[in-house]
Amino acid sequence: MLVETEVKSVTLQMYEDLDRALKKPLRERHWGMVIDTRKCVGCNACAVACKIENKLPPGVVYNVVIDEEFGTYPNVARRFISRPCLQCQNPPCVPVCPVNATYKRPDGIVVMDYDTCIGCRYCISACPYGARSFDFGNFYTVGQTPEVMPWDVMPSFEYGEEQQRDPRNPWRSPIGNVRKCHFCLHRLEKGMLPACVATCIGQAYIFGDLNDPESLVAQLAASPRAIRLKEELGTEPSVYYLL
Amino acid sequence: MGKRALVIGIIGLLLLLAGLPGLVNRLTHGHLYAGYSTPVPWALWVVLYVYFSGISAGAFLISSMVYVFGMRQFERIGRLALFTALVCLLTALLFIGLDLGHSQRFFLLFTRPSFTSPMVWIVWLYTVYFFLLLAEIWFVMRPSFVRGGEGKGFKAGLYRFLTFGVRDLSPRAMERDRKIVRILGTIGVPLAIAFSGSVGTAFAVTVARAYWHTGLLPIMFLVSALASGGALLTTIVAFVLPNGLGEHREEVIGLGRLLVLLLFVYFLMEIAEILVSLYGTVPAHFIPIHDQLFGPNWWIFWILGMGMALVGPMLILTFLGRRSALWTGIAGLLATIGFIGIRWNIVLPGFAVEELPGISKSFFEPHWTYGLYIPSAMEWGVTLFSVGVGVLILALGFGLLPLRAEEAPA
Repeated sequence: MLVETEVKSVTLQMYEDLDRALKKPLRERHWGMVIDTRKCVGCNACAVACKIENKLPPGVVYNVVIDEEFGTYPNVARRFISRPCLQCQNPPCVPVCPVNATYKRPDGIVVMDYDTCIGCRYCISACPYGARSFDFGNFYTVGQTPEVMPWDVMPSFEYGEEQQRDPRNPWRSPIGNVRKCHFCLHRLEKGMLPACVATCIGQAYIFGDLNDPESLVAQLAASPRAIRLKEELGTEPSVYYLL
Repeated sequence: MGKRALVIGIIGLLLLLAGLPGLVNRLTHGHLYAGYSTPVPWALWVVLYVYFSGISAGAFLISSMVYVFGMRQFERIGRLALFTALVCLLTALLFIGLDLGHSQRFFLLFTRPSFTSPMVWIVWLYTVYFFLLLAEIWFVMRPSFVRGGEGKGFKAGLYRFLTFGVRDLSPRAMERDRKIVRILGTIGVPLAIAFSGSVGTAFAVTVARAYWHTGLLPIMFLVSALASGGALLTTIVAFVLPNGLGEHREEVIGLGRLLVLLLFVYFLMEIAEILVSLYGTVPAHFIPIHDQLFGPNWWIFWILGMGMALVGPMLILTFLGRRSALWTGIAGLLATIGFIGIRWNIVLPGFAVEELPGISKSFFEPHWTYGLYIPSAMEWGVTLFSVGVGVLILALGFGLLPLRAEEAPA
């Protein structure tokens, strides 16, 4: 007997999942990711897309592909683990913030309030995954090359607001702030997938609502292949890895 | 006192001026030229903040031996201890204030605090402690202000102002002052214990850094606060007060006796931490300790920490310091310097282990330097400036305030 199955594109299904989630109230969503390490070729497209989407200056890193090498030549192997912010359900960075500048939204995303952050960097010390960066005020071309490139001083639209870094004023946010991945919240709210997910050439990133059992991300997160990083710390990350 | 104060003041001014370019750079360029980075977010300034705030708590707790527990043998250095506590607190706050990415937003710590953060506990405790310290110093010095305000000249005028009109020196008023000082001191003792412990707690609660995440750390902070406070006080009494080794011989030797005990307790804790962490194979526990002992900065542990702060002074105090104020003073000076190394090795090894295996070699960006941290010129500049400010305030105190109760104590 032939079993008829409908094969849907992964991207299409993620967009359908996204639409469904956005129709629910905020508190009923739980944005999460599954990253299939077997599909990752270590191309770093996600890290680059993130840099572009959020206009990240030198030294501010939201998403990184961790590149590990094993063995000795000629018996060698490599492993890639891309690491956005894991958006812990129990985020160690949040309670240590002295001014509530970083907090977990009802939909599970840990965000920053740039205008409140005093830049004490306690959250950086508290994050077990190295997912936070301090914005030291570096630029790619300002003060580095004779001509300042326009993209170097363009604002980003994180949190749906124009975030303009000013090379002449280190006291103006987001310079002097701690910054982190926010699952491209500004894109999500417009019905778009996070930049890293949308750009992944191998579709290693699966994004969606973990609270929706119909969603691809929830189904894959339930796989016996799924693990979370440093599970023993009790941080309950919203990002799963398929081994 | 005048000449000495002038010399100290000039030293302070020179330090301040030497560091001024660093401060200007910090104010105009923010943290751009910092040697610390995202993987090593807390560095030299945090080390010195921990160091000076510890000394403040320690010096205050030692002053409480006089004003709360009535140990008369230290009566003559009570005011000095209180004033040292104040100066070191201000220096510590200068360091941590300049360490913030947005120093201008410090008031948010009061207007929208999050009480789950140990940093807020520290700040609020400091604030109460600061005002308490000011009040206690005023009540302790008031009789000297009243008496000193009778003459002519700048100092007398200043003293008249500092009495704030309260000139009553009758036995009843003095008795009331003594009571108030005792109450303030009594409130101050748990406060100073709580805030030095809270600084340790701020580090200890970070599960991400196994090196700090131990129940012993807050207690170690408290003990090292007392020890470093005692050490600096010994140094000041022995070498900065005029004829300190002669006139204040009893106090110096008494402080030395206290110091050797505190150093020994800290030494035991340090050994316990090292043994327990080094025994296992857990990298997050093992690497920070192993790097301290045998890494490129081995000298901070062996020479500054073990040699100058702990074992050296303990040996000197045990064998030479019992009868010699000079040797006790030397031990105090060694420990005062050495404790900077101890503080360094509390803060920086916390960042010795990469958060996720391989992350340190996966990408290269400015201010993302894993591994060896070297303070930048800007950081040294700000450091000289802040220490200079502290020394200058100390000199002002020596020159203008009645730090020594010459007359029969109130």
